[in-house]
Amino acid sequence: MFIMKNWKFTVLALAAVFASSLIAGCGSQSANNSQKKSFKIGVIQLVEHNALDAANKGFIQGLKDRGYVEGKNITVDQQNAQADQSNLQNIAQRFVSNNDDLICAIATPAAQTMANATKKIPIVGTAITDYKAARLVTSDEKPGGNVTGTSDMSPIKKQIDLLIKLFPNAKTIGTVYSSSEINSEIQVKAMTQYAESKGLTVKTATVSTVNDIQQAAQSLVGSVDVFYEPTDNIIASAMPTLTAITDAAKIPVICAEPNMVKKGGLATYGIDYYKLGIQTGHMAADILDGKSKPADMPIETAKDLKITINKKDAATLGITIPADLEKNADIIE
Amino acid sequence: MDLIISTISQGLLWAVMAIGVYLTFRVLDIADLTVEGSFPLGAATAASLLTAGYNPVLAIIIACIAGMLSGVITGVLHTKLKIPALLAGILTMIALYSVNLRIMGKANISLLQIDTIFTIFPSSLSRQMTILIIGFIIVLVVSIINYWFFGTEIGAAVRATGFNQNMIRANGINTDLTIVLGLLLSNGLVAISGALVAQSNGFADVGMGVGTIVIGLASVIIGEVLFGTKSFRNCLISVILGSIVYRIVIAIVLQLGMPPNDLKLFTAILVTLALSLPLFQAKINERKRKAANHA
Repeated sequence: MFIMKNWKFTVLALAAVFASSLIAGCGSQSANNSQKKSFKIGVIQLVEHNALDAANKGFIQGLKDRGYVEGKNITVDQQNAQADQSNLQNIAQRFVSNNDDLICAIATPAAQTMANATKKIPIVGTAITDYKAARLVTSDEKPGGNVTGTSDMSPIKKQIDLLIKLFPNAKTIGTVYSSSEINSEIQVKAMTQYAESKGLTVKTATVSTVNDIQQAAQSLVGSVDVFYEPTDNIIASAMPTLTAITDAAKIPVICAEPNMVKKGGLATYGIDYYKLGIQTGHMAADILDGKSKPADMPIETAKDLKITINKKDAATLGITIPADLEKNADIIE
Repeated sequence: MDLIISTISQGLLWAVMAIGVYLTFRVLDIADLTVEGSFPLGAATAASLLTAGYNPVLAIIIACIAGMLSGVITGVLHTKLKIPALLAGILTMIALYSVNLRIMGKANISLLQIDTIFTIFPSSLSRQMTILIIGFIIVLVVSIINYWFFGTEIGAAVRATGFNQNMIRANGINTDLTIVLGLLLSNGLVAISGALVAQSNGFADVGMGVGTIVIGLASVIIGEVLFGTKSFRNCLISVILGSIVYRIVIAIVLQLGMPPNDLKLFTAILVTLALSLPLFQAKINERKRKAANHA
């Protein structure tokens, strides 16, 4: 019978062996079949959810579009921090010590950790709303460092234009958003400015948790013609609560992104994260090609926007959608 | 080599938090969940002060005081309002989420391009090396202060509280006070750690505290199993080394290509194994004794 006498010693010895394997590092085994150099690309994603996963898939597709294919001339190291920010640091160090040629950072904290870990390796970000506020770049037009990428700021003006097109007689927009989310505040401010320039008035109500939504929405019913909802996490997670009130009052809800429409909103003119990822992949390809450097690549916003319409909700509200809108839209039945 | 240095330096920064968890979990014998809120509280306080142009050392001290206050709140909820310790910690943790948002004014403050404790000293060393050295100094200072404090009469009373409250009360010591004091110290340390981690990562985020307690417990338990618990000094050193070993283990499994999705499961298994090892050890010893008796 085998009895481990000194297990403590054994564990320590094992740790030492592992540590030395760390020092040795993982030598890159790039199969140089082609004449081209093989690039090492690290992808760091903060957490798994629909939008970010789509952006990630899009990034890989975008590289493929430009001839950078996994296993052929690039090796992609996919890492996900699972919303645990202490893991971001480990992943960042892994990329730096592997001497990756390019890093794709998905979501703000991932990009901040990467930017903090390396000033040399080019970083392209995506699913980041405001690069300047996150101190990732000196300005959106001229980043000036090793970070560039695509922003997921929603096209608020286009969304309000859509609202006006659908409801030309609307006079007052109501919006419910959470007081603890800086993103929502920025969006509501921008929306108010634009709506007022179009002669509309805006009425707001804020919530601090999902439980306040019903009361906040109810307080606006009767004094508003249509709701506009920003990409607010609390509202997004409780759309059915909001639409239970608004549908009963026959008030339509225009949202800032498609997933909120899927959950009961009426329509949006919004970002397709997969396409945003493709755009990011193209930016990365420009860097790998040696055509441009992050320092002079302006932050890009989504080029491909799409209209999403919830026909079920339209039927509930008794609204007919103009045919020209419906033609190019993603329809949710 | 960079990876080794950065792994150890991360281990040191988180070790301050692990010592805090050790104080509640082992010394006071309560599982205090306040840490999930006081860790980002330290980060939020320090980050806000740094962006306002305060000196990093001062920012860390104020962050520590903020953490202490949160510990006092949990302590008062537990001792004066008789709320079970676990629940008291959860209540403070939830409240701190709002407080942290208030302090930062938003969900995330970036510290890129801002002077931090790791950038104010002029040196030719690499960033990771600087973090390692400053981390080491801070851990040393924190350990010495703890060692000194728990050697004093009041410190000894706090340590005894976790062993046997009735005996302590019989000796005329107010256990309410010692529990509050223990929670105050613990969360002060956790907040310092949060402030340091935010500065080394380059940002403070309201979601930073998720999983803090598990990391703390893993560090404490791995340290105890590998490096012993003979004396208070031995325990302190064990916790610090445990925090570093935990980081090394995580770095290794990531390096070996474990999907990060499985990290949480892996950590849980690791801690379970570490916790059950002494039991196996005892069983093996018993077998040996029996065998010897039969001989």
